[in-house]
Amino acid sequence: MTVEKLKEAVRKILPEVDVVIGYRQGFDPLHATPFFMTKPEQVDQLIWNPLCVQNLCSYLPFLKGKVGVIVKGCDSRAIVQYMQEKLIARENVKVIGVPCLRVISVKKVMAAINQQSVQEVTFEGENILVKTPEGQKTIPLADVAPRKCATCQLATPLQYDLLAGDAIQSNRPQDTFEETKEFEKLPLKERRAYWEKEFDRCIRCYACRNVCPMCICQDKCIAESRDPHWTSQRANVTEKSMFHMIHGLHLAGRCISCEECERVCPMDIPVAKIKKKISMDLKELFNYEAGMNPDDTPPLYTFKIEEATIKEHEL
Amino acid sequence: MAETGFLPKEKLPALLDALSKKFQVFAPVLEGDVVLFKRFASGVELCLTRPANLPPKGIIFPQSETLFNVNFKKDPEDLKKTSVELKENLDFAPTIIFGSRPCDAQGFRIYDRVYLETDIADPYYKGRREKTTIVTLTCNTPSPGCFCTSVGRGPAESDGSDLMMTELDKGYFFEPITEKGKEILKEGGFEDGSAYKEQAQKAHEKVSALVKKPFATLEGTPEKLLSLFDNNQFWEGETAKCISCGACTYLCPTCYCFNITDEQVGNTGERIRSWDACMFSHFTLEASSHNPRQNKHQRLKNRVGHKFSYYPKKYKGVIACCGCGRCIRYCPVSVDISEIVAHAQGA
Repeated sequence: MTVEKLKEAVRKILPEVDVVIGYRQGFDPLHATPFFMTKPEQVDQLIWNPLCVQNLCSYLPFLKGKVGVIVKGCDSRAIVQYMQEKLIARENVKVIGVPCLRVISVKKVMAAINQQSVQEVTFEGENILVKTPEGQKTIPLADVAPRKCATCQLATPLQYDLLAGDAIQSNRPQDTFEETKEFEKLPLKERRAYWEKEFDRCIRCYACRNVCPMCICQDKCIAESRDPHWTSQRANVTEKSMFHMIHGLHLAGRCISCEECERVCPMDIPVAKIKKKISMDLKELFNYEAGMNPDDTPPLYTFKIEEATIKEHEL
Repeated sequence: MAETGFLPKEKLPALLDALSKKFQVFAPVLEGDVVLFKRFASGVELCLTRPANLPPKGIIFPQSETLFNVNFKKDPEDLKKTSVELKENLDFAPTIIFGSRPCDAQGFRIYDRVYLETDIADPYYKGRREKTTIVTLTCNTPSPGCFCTSVGRGPAESDGSDLMMTELDKGYFFEPITEKGKEILKEGGFEDGSAYKEQAQKAHEKVSALVKKPFATLEGTPEKLLSLFDNNQFWEGETAKCISCGACTYLCPTCYCFNITDEQVGNTGERIRSWDACMFSHFTLEASSHNPRQNKHQRLKNRVGHKFSYYPKKYKGVIACCGCGRCIRYCPVSVDISEIVAHAQGA
């Protein structure tokens, strides 16, 4: 799909809504930034390429009026989950779907180019070409894609009112949670040491929470409430871990695996691993994946006397 | 003693080892892909190739610190009587921040005006600040998003540092700024640096020219921002993508706001001071439940306004932004404070 097709779609939707959320170039050639378009002339600045990483759906529950939004396949699970939880009025959202096979991880690119300033970025076939003061580097997109792209099942969004381009299929393998299973084989002591080291870096900026499409409490988060005073303001690893466990558990059966939490962490803590473990458990316990079908009820939002996939103790 | 020093690269670990015997030394090290200031110990490999993800501000202004401990004591003779014992700890260890960047060190100058140069100095900040020597490494290349030369600073600016060091081909050129800095140069291993001064200056000029210039001047900007204070449309437009997290604030070498919390279990407890961020809704939440900054555009407006208008208005025109670029580089949605200022100038 070309950016021209996307611009055409946005121009078509714009008169029907108050704002369309898309992407424009950010502060350097490696960063895209969310772009709120209200006037037709702004559409010229719209971009579409693998740098367009942010899940723009996260803004929807906080916006009033009619909103148009550019949505990738993975992001579209947020729309479905919002519909399940009645967090958006679907008729007020115009979803512009974009077929997508792969985005890039800015962090992985930065690691590949020695954290240099980026002067120019171009895409050629399956490669990203990055120019820095040290020279130009050609990196295969697959090497710098976020983890989620390796098991992408949704090259075309689940929900859209208008699809910019043709629907495509992903031929990637399904996520079998191998990494999580391998990690679980480690002795408890080692896993604990791993997380203590990782969480120790947390500065409690709550970027992971605020970017999360399903973290809708935000200003009323129990991580910060004083009454009741669940977590203290001490900067120790116990308090930091506590917050991340709360974040993870509140997403059980709701996390749509967009991995935005991990993408935004300024301290590079692999927080999506926790959510992945919980998603794996939900799959095993309830044979459930969040954000796939608007008519589903998240398993922890409901109660069954007998769960088909959970073997109870013999009574 | 020579006025400046030169230290061959291979002698740097020995210098840090020697300093570690007298000071607690914090230096940037690599943890995964993240550069952090950590307590230096013999054998630790430093990462001096780029600024730390988190500036060293926490070494003087900790993310969370105990102001004092509280102990409630019941009178065994009369259980209705309780006395309170308060214990504060103002004993701080001599410290060196090694390998700070010029922007990081200038951050402390922003704090000094608020915490030291007032009628009542903050004893915790003062205690740590006075005991800390800051050794700053000049930048040899700009980092993504940084713009120090546009806010009246530069990649070799010495304000706030005690000792400046510049990386040259075979070693580091050292130039003391304060008496504390001169003390460090008395350590063994330094050669006379005078032969390298010119080379270092040339390196500084070369980098300065490469730094991004998002705006030509800040003259009139504090007044312009004030005049835009009630222009909600402007601020809503500029901040629409902000997710109102605290990454920009906590990574900022000049953000100094804090929160106070009493943590008590049973009869003992402590009063804690921890970083706070004007990006959070509860930052301005009042006891009445009224919140004067209920919307995120009001909050980000405050962040921009504080740095580029209110602080300079209060402190003789000093801009409370060192242009380190961290808030831009690490923002989840690439909000660019320099772009907002440029837009405000043109609004």
